[in-house]
Amino acid sequence: MTARLSDWFNKRGWAALIIWLPYIWLVVFFLIPFVIVLGMSFATRTSTAPPFGFGGEDPILNLESYQRLFSDTLYIRAYLTSVGNAVVATVFCLLIGYPMALGLTRVSSTWRTILLMLVILPFWTSFLLRVYAWMGLMGTNSWFNRLLTDIWNALTPEAWEIAHVTMMNTNFAVVLVMVYSYLPFMILPLYANLERLDPALDEAAMDLGSRPLRVFWDVTLPQSIPGIIAGGMLVFIPACGELIIPSLVGDASSPMIGRVISDEFTSSRDWPMASAVAVALLVLLVVPLMVYSYFESRANAVKATKGAP
Amino acid sequence: MPDAALAPAPAQTPLPFVRIQGVTKNFGTFKAVDDVSFDIQKGEIFSLLGGSGCGKTTLLRMLAGFEEPTAGTVWIDGQDMTSVPAYDRPVHMMFQSYALFPHMTVEKNIGYGLKHEPMTKAQRADRVREMLDLVQLTPFAARKPHQISGGQRQRVALARALARAPKLLLLDEPLAALDKKLREHTQFELMNIQDRTGITFVVVTHDQEEAMTLSSRLAVMDKGRIMQIGTSTEIYEYPKKKFVASFIGSINSFDGTVSQITGPEALIDIPDLGSPMRATAIAGLAPGQPVTLAVRPEKLSIGRDRPEGANVIRGQVEGVAYFGKDSLYRVRLPGGRVLSVSAVNARRAGEHDRVADWDDEVWLAFAPSSAILLTE
Ligand SMILES: Nc1ncnc2c1ncn2[C@@H]1O[C@H](COP(=O)(O)OP(=O)(O)OP(=O)(O)O)[C@@H](O)[C@H]1O
Ligand SMILES: [Mg+2]
Repeated sequence: MTARLSDWFNKRGWAALIIWLPYIWLVVFFLIPFVIVLGMSFATRTSTAPPFGFGGEDPILNLESYQRLFSDTLYIRAYLTSVGNAVVATVFCLLIGYPMALGLTRVSSTWRTILLMLVILPFWTSFLLRVYAWMGLMGTNSWFNRLLTDIWNALTPEAWEIAHVTMMNTNFAVVLVMVYSYLPFMILPLYANLERLDPALDEAAMDLGSRPLRVFWDVTLPQSIPGIIAGGMLVFIPACGELIIPSLVGDASSPMIGRVISDEFTSSRDWPMASAVAVALLVLLVVPLMVYSYFESRANAVKATKGAP
Repeated sequence: MPDAALAPAPAQTPLPFVRIQGVTKNFGTFKAVDDVSFDIQKGEIFSLLGGSGCGKTTLLRMLAGFEEPTAGTVWIDGQDMTSVPAYDRPVHMMFQSYALFPHMTVEKNIGYGLKHEPMTKAQRADRVREMLDLVQLTPFAARKPHQISGGQRQRVALARALARAPKLLLLDEPLAALDKKLREHTQFELMNIQDRTGITFVVVTHDQEEAMTLSSRLAVMDKGRIMQIGTSTEIYEYPKKKFVASFIGSINSFDGTVSQITGPEALIDIPDLGSPMRATAIAGLAPGQPVTLAVRPEKLSIGRDRPEGANVIRGQVEGVAYFGKDSLYRVRLPGGRVLSVSAVNARRAGEHDRVADWDDEVWLAFAPSSAILLTE
């Protein structure tokens, strides 16, 4: 019996295992939890433990949570705040990360190793610690805040004088800390993409008369779009659902969606509502992605066939 | 001292079209190009020939402006190019790897350089169409580089480099990726295009046949230095250095000493051959001087009977390689040296009645004027 089992493994089993492992992973850690959450979102809130149930006096499929999603502006505002903050953070990550990634490809290999280390180094300290450090910096009595205040007061007319810069508990603080935290997720895929580009292409463009800026625009940038998309996704998606940063430095009166989900689960003990918000967030993030990749692959297919004589 | 070989071919303009003077390129302590000077005339196809890593590409990149010479000057069309960036040089390059833009169609690739020309959209489109026509790629205009074959890519690269009508076209191993047939065809195409456009070509290659077919003149390089510059005939028939003689074609060479000089001929003592050999003397030869005598395989005659005249060598056939139009014989001399002799199969013969066969005693001979004397 064991002999036959190992026989099977040697023949086909390993290949099958390797092929199926990612799928098993996805099913166990994504699909099953998602189905549970999806199910929960159609349940009814009860005072039992766990605090939800199906049937009884209530319908099996209770759509109340979804109705509230659209009727209570709290949720819509939270989505808009989340997406807004995430978009701004992604754009700034791109604007800051792109030159850094490009720089990484242009320096000598020893410098490259050192600089890449520096990009990854922040991961070695606790994420929370880094957010607390920012809280300290942004607080009204920090040297950082006083420095900014002094600069402002020195540069502007007396009438505009301020006692300190309000940074804590604003969306500005959320975006600032998100840009700081997610920057490596933008830099690394961009670097991986830019590093693969053939430097001879830049030379060819320059040879044909393009100045460096033009070369960047015509040759480097179009070829780095996959890297921009990858980095953008890696920043935008977690930024949309971010919980810790807005909770610690954000404006409590306009919460982001992660905060709303967390609050529904914990303080309100409304698990069906929390699940509905989470499902809606997923739809909001995944559907545009799927539409995009559908059109992208179709456009590629069309181009390929059109190119044929 | 002006070296006759390095002087411009037929000097017409005060400054030749391209002048490379004392150009050196160091990478760290490594000299990739070492004090190179030569001129190229307008309308020439000039080849740089040499083994791998001898500095051909580096020299070309300095002409294109991608690499700054450590020392020396480059003039193109009468202008000192030292501080002119690549994008302002009237020079286009066809890259060893083609370097086509993968995100642009064939058409866009070819038209890329035209963006910088003062042309209307229609003129630009016309020019692209003309180029597509020239390289016979019109049906592939809308494809991306990864959707066409290697040979087609190479033609796109050529068309792109030609589109802006550069004054000087640099080609880095333009035909290396092509099979033999396509290669010969493209060689003719290149010569044809050069003829029609009058653009000066500098071609890098390590294929000597290609260099000899294509070029009006060629430079043989070794370890970053120019060994000899001349026409194909000059390089092949009158090599000036041992390196050139052995790098181009195959050759039999013998070390000896000059024993006597009589008029235009020198008598050379060669231990390997027993008897002294006669050869056309070169300048600066003195009796007693060590010298190398070299004879190309096709300059040796082979036969079963002892021929009349000078420079006769006896040997035994050790091997025959039959190539159809000619055969290569490996002949062992009594001293042990093995020579290559190539003979045209002028007469139709079966395997057993050809000029010479395995283990036959044969006589080799060469004319004194066919012998090459080399001192360095
Ligand atoms: N950027 C560089 N840094 C250091 N060394 C270099 C660099 N570029 C070229 N070299 C060295 O300079 C020498 C000449 O290189 P080059 O590319 O000019 O050779 P090549 O004659 O074109 O050879 P091939 O026929 O193989 O293309 C080589 O030994 C190479 O290793
Ligand atoms: Mg090269």
